[in-house]
Amino acid sequence: MAKVLMKGNEAIGAAAIKAGCKYFFGYPITPQSELPEYMARELPKIGGIFLQAESEIAAINMVYGAAGAGVRVMTSSSSPGISLKQEGISYIAGAELPCLIVNIMRGGPGLGSIQPSQTDYFQATRGGGNGDYRLVVLAPANVQELVDLIIEGFDIADQYRNPVMILGDGMIGQMMEPVEFKEPKQRELPEKDWATTGTGGNRKPNIINSLYLAPEELEEHNVKLQAKYKTIKENEVKVESYNIEDADVVIAAYGTTSRIARTAISQLEKEGYKVGLIRPITLWPYPYSEFDKINPNCKGILTVEMNTGQMIDDVKIAVKGKYSVYFYGRTGGMVPTPNEIIEKVKEVYGGEK
Amino acid sequence: MAKVKGKVTFQEDLCKGCGLCVSVCPVKIISLDNDRINAKGYHPAGIVEMDKCIACANCATMCPDLVITVERLNK
Amino acid sequence: MAVVFQKTRGLTDVSTHYCPGCTHGIIHRLVGEVLEELGVLDNAIGVAPVGCSVLAYKYFNCDMHEAAHGRAPAVATGIKRVRPENFVFTYQGDGDLASIGTAEIVHAAHRGEKISTIFVNNAIYGMTGGQMAPTTLIGQKATTAPLGRSEAHSGKPIKMSELLATIDGAKFVERVTVTTPGHVRKAKKAIKECFKVQIEGKGFGIVEVLSTCPTNWGLTPEEALRWLEDNMIPYYPLGNFRKPEEVE
Repeated sequence: MAKVLMKGNEAIGAAAIKAGCKYFFGYPITPQSELPEYMARELPKIGGIFLQAESEIAAINMVYGAAGAGVRVMTSSSSPGISLKQEGISYIAGAELPCLIVNIMRGGPGLGSIQPSQTDYFQATRGGGNGDYRLVVLAPANVQELVDLIIEGFDIADQYRNPVMILGDGMIGQMMEPVEFKEPKQRELPEKDWATTGTGGNRKPNIINSLYLAPEELEEHNVKLQAKYKTIKENEVKVESYNIEDADVVIAAYGTTSRIARTAISQLEKEGYKVGLIRPITLWPYPYSEFDKINPNCKGILTVEMNTGQMIDDVKIAVKGKYSVYFYGRTGGMVPTPNEIIEKVKEVYGGEK
Repeated sequence: MAKVKGKVTFQEDLCKGCGLCVSVCPVKIISLDNDRINAKGYHPAGIVEMDKCIACANCATMCPDLVITVERLNK
Repeated sequence: MAVVFQKTRGLTDVSTHYCPGCTHGIIHRLVGEVLEELGVLDNAIGVAPVGCSVLAYKYFNCDMHEAAHGRAPAVATGIKRVRPENFVFTYQGDGDLASIGTAEIVHAAHRGEKISTIFVNNAIYGMTGGQMAPTTLIGQKATTAPLGRSEAHSGKPIKMSELLATIDGAKFVERVTVTTPGHVRKAKKAIKECFKVQIEGKGFGIVEVLSTCPTNWGLTPEEALRWLEDNMIPYYPLGNFRKPEEVE
């Protein structure tokens, strides 16, 4: 199939439709509004439903209902709106329903700004809502990868009966790049025989629920969830690495920030520095073991983020104290420049190449 | 005119002894059995003089716990 | 010998957790009976709330979805929009519908969602132990209004049926009660009419049922029925506020 030039936010919609998602419930918020606008235009053409809810809370609860009824369904928002959705996300995770949630992050806390940021890393990877649950968190670095991860994300959600979050930022939502729509890897997807469809009088009622009043039952449910998360950790880690076996300094960065890091690395290489990159594509499950492959004589790991240091916690867990871990970040919608990263890498080098 | 007679069956172990059936029986034949407790630990409702029942089903209509079945015997 | 009254297939055989004399049990039964009599039970998807009826998913003999507090109309919207051929209803209390879930119920009605809502108003938070509800009457004591509700502090109790009746998308709005066999029969008739509004594709319908909470009101079940009649009905008048004919 030929490549088409698409804006990130619209490419999300096109990819979701390609993945068989016909239902979108959302609420307007900058910088992701092109996505609901695209869905409002396109979903009716294929017999689907776009519904603008009265709030993000209502939108995620509509997703909760629709996912329970057994269809592919999604919502999208940006940071403050995603905060409002946490209640519903926790229920969806607790009731083990598949759905796709897109967070095109903006600066915070509070109303923050409308400029790109990566300040929701903790919220996305540590739960966000109440309870001991995990989302599969996918962090694309370009529009093609965004499209691929949306399509595969629906399959991952269905395979594990778990909500999947796409974590992007205002930059990837707004940038235009050529994309093609490819078939994802084939997965064995289970029948949705648990869905609310009406009993038809020939089966026992299906119940979608996250309430377990008896402590032993709730513990058993949590043990089951954790076993599922363990399987996801074993099967679904995605990471891209560059030159880490040979590097004197390794940068850890994800999403659009990783692209800026790549530019910095190219420049540093011209100057004779050996710099590698670990780019987690899944932020949960995190590619901890990738850090075991780093050159044992590496001088340090530099984490670069558009926040004040969130993924750095996972980097520290990953390196198990073997390497010094450094941080460079901009926040508030400020984007790190290649030169800033270059200076920081040189600092980690400590003056000697 | 043939008098309508009814038969009321109580699924006694579902009864919570709330007495709403007692309060709406027009012929005042339902009472809570204060000498016994059921599986739930309540004094269950019951009828001694069943032949006075007129099968109006008021008791079942007000029962919150699906304890009561009502049948009409003659007619 | 003819059976005059027996248990509906619309409810499961699970004995409810409700307190003795709580009229939730009567209202459950009416909903189950109407689902069965209208032939939609096997096609129904119910949405349970948070509150005393949080466990309703164990009692209705159809597919059920347990929602977050107040969000049942949003969950029901999601279900109905993707499964328009199914009969979808919510069952909610006054804390759920009239406090935390006001946005969801108002906008479900406003969009004219083809869902049906049973709203059980007992003027108190039952499950959490008798706190003040938005529907608690002036002067009525609650654990969070120990001297009784005062208008100056908490405003007057909210009248949801009257409020929803101002919304065009709400095609059926009626307030009933279940304090006597006669009222129970009228309540069932209202629920049936309300459900028919959905079946005929006309829009949103709600039946508000004035209900008792003997435990938290501190009354016997029978005293609670009389208290409701003497205190709630004067403030929350019974009757139909909206029917499809009136709208069209």
